[in-house]
Amino acid sequence: MPVLAGILPGGGLQAGAAYSVTNSTTLAMALLAGPSGAGAWCSVIGMPTFSVEAAAGFGIALDKLVLVPHPGDQWLTVTAAMVDVVSIVLTCVPQHVAPADASRLMARLRQRGAALVTMGRWPHSEATLSVTGSNWQGLGSGTGHLRSRRMRITAHASTGRSRTADLWLPDLQHGPWSTSLSNSVPAVHGGTEQQEFFSRSAS
Amino acid sequence: MKLPPPGQAAPAAPVSTRSMVLWCPDWPITAALREHLLPAEHPVALIEKGEVFACSPAAREQGVKRGLRLREAQARCTSLTVLPYEPAQDARSFEPVLAAVEKIMPGVQLIRPGLCALHAKGPARYYGSENHAAAVLLKALAAIGLTAARVGVADSPFAAEHAARSTEFLDEPESDSVWIIPPGESPAFLSSFPLEVLEEPALAVILRRLGIRTLGDFAALTRADVRNRFGAEGALAHLKASGLDHHSVVERKPPAELDVVVHCEPPLARIDELTFTLRLSAEKFVDRLREAGLVCTVLSVRLQSESGEESVRSWRHPRWFDADDVLDRVRWQLQGSGNVEHGLRAGISRVQLAPETVEDLSDHADGLWGTGPDENIHHGLARVQSMLGHGAVLTAMVAGGRMLTDRRVFIPWGDPPSEAAAKSRDLPWPGQLPGPAPATVFDQPRPVQVLDCAGGSVDVDERGLLTGVPTVLVTEPPRQSAIASWAGPWPIVERWWDSKGRALNRFQVVDDSGRAWLLLLEDHHWWAEASYD
Repeated sequence: MPVLAGILPGGGLQAGAAYSVTNSTTLAMALLAGPSGAGAWCSVIGMPTFSVEAAAGFGIALDKLVLVPHPGDQWLTVTAAMVDVVSIVLTCVPQHVAPADASRLMARLRQRGAALVTMGRWPHSEATLSVTGSNWQGLGSGTGHLRSRRMRITAHASTGRSRTADLWLPDLQHGPWSTSLSNSVPAVHGGTEQQEFFSRSAS
Repeated sequence: MKLPPPGQAAPAAPVSTRSMVLWCPDWPITAALREHLLPAEHPVALIEKGEVFACSPAAREQGVKRGLRLREAQARCTSLTVLPYEPAQDARSFEPVLAAVEKIMPGVQLIRPGLCALHAKGPARYYGSENHAAAVLLKALAAIGLTAARVGVADSPFAAEHAARSTEFLDEPESDSVWIIPPGESPAFLSSFPLEVLEEPALAVILRRLGIRTLGDFAALTRADVRNRFGAEGALAHLKASGLDHHSVVERKPPAELDVVVHCEPPLARIDELTFTLRLSAEKFVDRLREAGLVCTVLSVRLQSESGEESVRSWRHPRWFDADDVLDRVRWQLQGSGNVEHGLRAGISRVQLAPETVEDLSDHADGLWGTGPDENIHHGLARVQSMLGHGAVLTAMVAGGRMLTDRRVFIPWGDPPSEAAAKSRDLPWPGQLPGPAPATVFDQPRPVQVLDCAGGSVDVDERGLLTGVPTVLVTEPPRQSAIASWAGPWPIVERWWDSKGRALNRFQVVDDSGRAWLLLLEDHHWWAEASYD
């Protein structure tokens, strides 16, 4: 995902690292989409509301996606077992994780070369991504339907540096409606380095 | 180079092999009666493609015969029981017969269900004479309830089969069900048979045009001439007609017993106790398969409790079962049957593990430099499954449907993908959601409130019109936000002819923070179906 690669430290998801996503499942799917499309196995743990249809729309390969919606009180064991076998683990972190457990999981992650994406805060994350602005198009007052979305994404790296980028959702998603949209709005949908809706800033 | 004279180039040396053939008349009917536990005098017809394939003697007495249409057969015999013809059932019910024969005379060849051949030499020597051996054989079959069996002994399996079939034409077929053709007399016995018994219709037509009408006429021709004129097939038929079958009896090797049955005495009521008891047996099960060069890919587990309940289930495995996998399946089957965790309603008294599908071990062998990249995925996921249960590790498919929860189908890891789901995806679903799919779909819709500017709840009247403009969205935990834009109502009517059907309205709403919701209005109540977060 070129837009996300631009704001992630190291230019993309690094093996052995953890990333946090605070308030958007869509953003987490966007993180998974690139590696999954390239053939990596992904796993989603503890997220019963994860929509596989939306994931498929992002280009996540469903035949290489493993879901464990209800790990119960064995979250840590299940996540550690998944880290052993899949490349990317997306998980919803339970309320209380002991710091020692978190460190052990991180060690496992580095040893296996997998990447962890957590929904919610995680003490050892390389970067925390959040959606700081969202703008929908296509919906009026009683008319139309949701068509496309602009998201402003902010990544706070663990070094204290934060970067912002804008994501144009139809770039990521595949579907009949997205092609019709790109036909109707050719000026907007013009390649990976698309037109900026918000001024891009790096601080 | 010296060519052999044509007459000597027969495929096998024409030697006589004294053979004993056991024939059970009307085997499909016998099998169906035994399978469905019907009395022997019950009129039964087996139907294939709308026509009678076989019928029982009772039905035959009332005029039912092979080739009759189903309706006509039912008109002739009103008490007729009609069953579909299943070749697999024939073979399955003949298995105990073969086992009974093998107990007293080894080396049985199954020709087809209802018909099997043996070497006559060994049994004749052991039991004193061929006559005695045949009597012993019939007695053994009578012990398992087969009284109508016939035995023929002759110089070739072909002649012996027809000797057995000819017992029907003896003076007293009920009492005398053995026909022994003395050595050397098989050609004479066969000579009066018509050409049809060779089951070579093309050959029979030509021979009849040549004025040859019986096997005796055919056998009188010289072998070399038959071979030159009719080729290899003709030569084989000629051998048969001369009472010298080209193939001898091929002995069957009894299949290895691969099932494992464990009796628990006293019955075990705790799952952990049971799996502990089963561990050795599961290892034995897997080892026995491995010794036979096989692996099991579909396992059938049959559990019987002391109160008489029975639970049977087939389990598939993405690769093949090892002992731990077998134990996991037994545990999941117990947990899945609605029993309290670790406590069963009644103790389990018998566990049977049967391989339903076995494959060759060499097809599943690990490679020299490790195995494919997906092998460790199977191992890892199987580990998680053994922790959480079979249904806890899932893969997903997108199916067809109007409601978002219908559109996702979860398949436990290792189970085959659902074909119905893949098929339904391509159907048109009027009322399905346009645009991008929401990223979060709630398992259970969450209650929300949508208010108009006066603070009253927005509703849809019976004409499908809104009673007010949606202005405020109240979500849980109580949080009010203004509605920036919205669309709806989009009516969804599912199965209006059914009492379980639903009629509801769908709305898309974007609140002032830029978060989009998919709302449902059903029965004057608002629910959040999904969220575009």
